[in-house]
Amino acid sequence: MLELRNLDAGYGKVQVLRDLSLHARPGEILCLLGRNGAGKSTLMKSIMGLVRAQAGSIWLDGQRIDQLPAWQVPRLGIGYIPQGRRLFNEMTVAENLQIGLMARRKGADVRENVLNMFPRLRDRLNQRADTLSGGEQQMLATARALCLEPGVLLLDEPTEGLQPSMISLIRAAVVALRKQGVAIVLVEQRVEAVLQVADRVTFVENGQCVLTVTPSELHADESLLHRYVGV
Amino acid sequence: MDFGPHLLLAMLEGLVQASVLTLTALGLSLVFGVMRVVNVAHGEFFMLGAVLAWWITFLVGGPPALAFIVALLVAPLLVGTIAAAADWLVLRRIDYDPERTIVATIGLLYIIQQLTLMSYGPDARPVAPPFNTRLALPWFEFGSGGVQIYWPWGLSITSYKLFVIFAALLTGLALWAVMARSRLGLILRATQQDRETAQAFGVPVERVYALVFGLGAALAALGATLVVPIQQAHYLMGGDPLLLSFIVVIIGGLGSLRGTVVAAILIGMSDGIISVFFSPTLAKMLATLLVAMVLVFRPQGLFGSKPA
Ligand SMILES: Nc1ncnc2c1ncn2[C@@H]1O[C@H](COP(=O)(O)OP(=O)(O)OP(=O)(O)O)[C@@H](O)[C@H]1O
Ligand SMILES: [Mg+2]
Repeated sequence: MLELRNLDAGYGKVQVLRDLSLHARPGEILCLLGRNGAGKSTLMKSIMGLVRAQAGSIWLDGQRIDQLPAWQVPRLGIGYIPQGRRLFNEMTVAENLQIGLMARRKGADVRENVLNMFPRLRDRLNQRADTLSGGEQQMLATARALCLEPGVLLLDEPTEGLQPSMISLIRAAVVALRKQGVAIVLVEQRVEAVLQVADRVTFVENGQCVLTVTPSELHADESLLHRYVGV
Repeated sequence: MDFGPHLLLAMLEGLVQASVLTLTALGLSLVFGVMRVVNVAHGEFFMLGAVLAWWITFLVGGPPALAFIVALLVAPLLVGTIAAAADWLVLRRIDYDPERTIVATIGLLYIIQQLTLMSYGPDARPVAPPFNTRLALPWFEFGSGGVQIYWPWGLSITSYKLFVIFAALLTGLALWAVMARSRLGLILRATQQDRETAQAFGVPVERVYALVFGLGAALAALGATLVVPIQQAHYLMGGDPLLLSFIVVIIGGLGSLRGTVVAAILIGMSDGIISVFFSPTLAKMLATLLVAMVLVFRPQGLFGSKPA
């Protein structure tokens, strides 16, 4: 289980996350909703150790991880799909996957599994990442993170700018991972997509988790969306 | 000597210089490419390589070839270790902030230079080449009786200079293989392209930086060890390699290793040729002029990618 306790974090002197608490259990999808600038991406970066915690703590399966150097966090099995994909653009598809595999010393079998989930990448192994279409790039970003065989998966707006068929492909992958017992934290702007897959929905506002509800509670009270997301 | 043989001689001399410059500039380019650090102390790592090569051959003694081989292996290793330590103790602490790293490496430049002056002294000292056979070179002439081969007086190169060219070529190929084909190269490229994401995939970026800074300095030291049997070791010898490396890295395109090699050969060769026919000062002037032109008309360099 991934757990954030009373976390303060930010950039230099700018504090973004304030006394934020949150947890994600294995086999569940926790969706984060919030306005632009609410601190969702910062929250994910602080889990990865890329933004340092100023106070509070982060725990993974009972181990405290917020004081580890950033590069050790993925080795514990946290896969990260950053906002905007952040592929290694000048590398090939195969090399991008290789980086993912190396993070936890995974071998050819894991690579095969991942490529079976995204067969389109198999045909493009030697193509440079920056020449892929937007949808293919998102597949690669997802595949790269899955190369870690993560126990926790962080997805930061994975469907940004994608067409519906691509969105359902990514969604199918996420749902399959939930079945395998992966704890999933998903930042998503599209409310209808969230309602389809989420087990719990947490609203982020001003760097805090202000409210956590189930999708059915959200259905029942649409004014929540109006209040926290502005739709 | 006729013009033809004279030109060949100048080109060979230029190629020797280009070889050493290629190694030195590759070091600077690697450090800038991966770390975005402008290492003003790069020339001093070159100098340190030469001075250590002298010390090592002096201490080892025995036949020149043996002493030189030891120097060729140990001097770059020592310089690389010193540079990696400087990275860990200084650059890492200032978080690789661009302006502060420039100031810090300027400080490093003076520290290395003055420590060398205090210990090694102000003298220039030679290192005996491991072998130095003079190889005469033939020239061709088209006369009335067809092609004639003859051996112009003074047209020759030493076996050692050929070795320098060969060693640089080998090192360049090895570096290419590491960067393009190995896991280490993959890690270096990932760090270069996106430091933050590399960390999110388990790359220990700080250690990679120390390694790259050490490797960059070791390449300069290797170039210096190769040059020291031709051009003596002296505590002020780091200036020219620094200037020329900067010229090369800018012309080749910041961060492009391929561009660095092409530009180093271009600058090294033309420097050699112009120095032989005209003067070394003119050669430096033209190289600097070329940099200015590149900066105006093609700021990304010959092989650099356009800024996004
Ligand atoms: N590198 C940075 N340096 C300084 N401030 C930053 C940095 N990155 C983000 N911020 C600030 O932190 C706040 C939260 O940003 P964050 O990216 O976490 O928001 P978000 O909820 O992900 O927004 P969006 O929905 O637009 O992706 C913003 O005010 C932003 O300006
Ligand atoms: Mg965001």
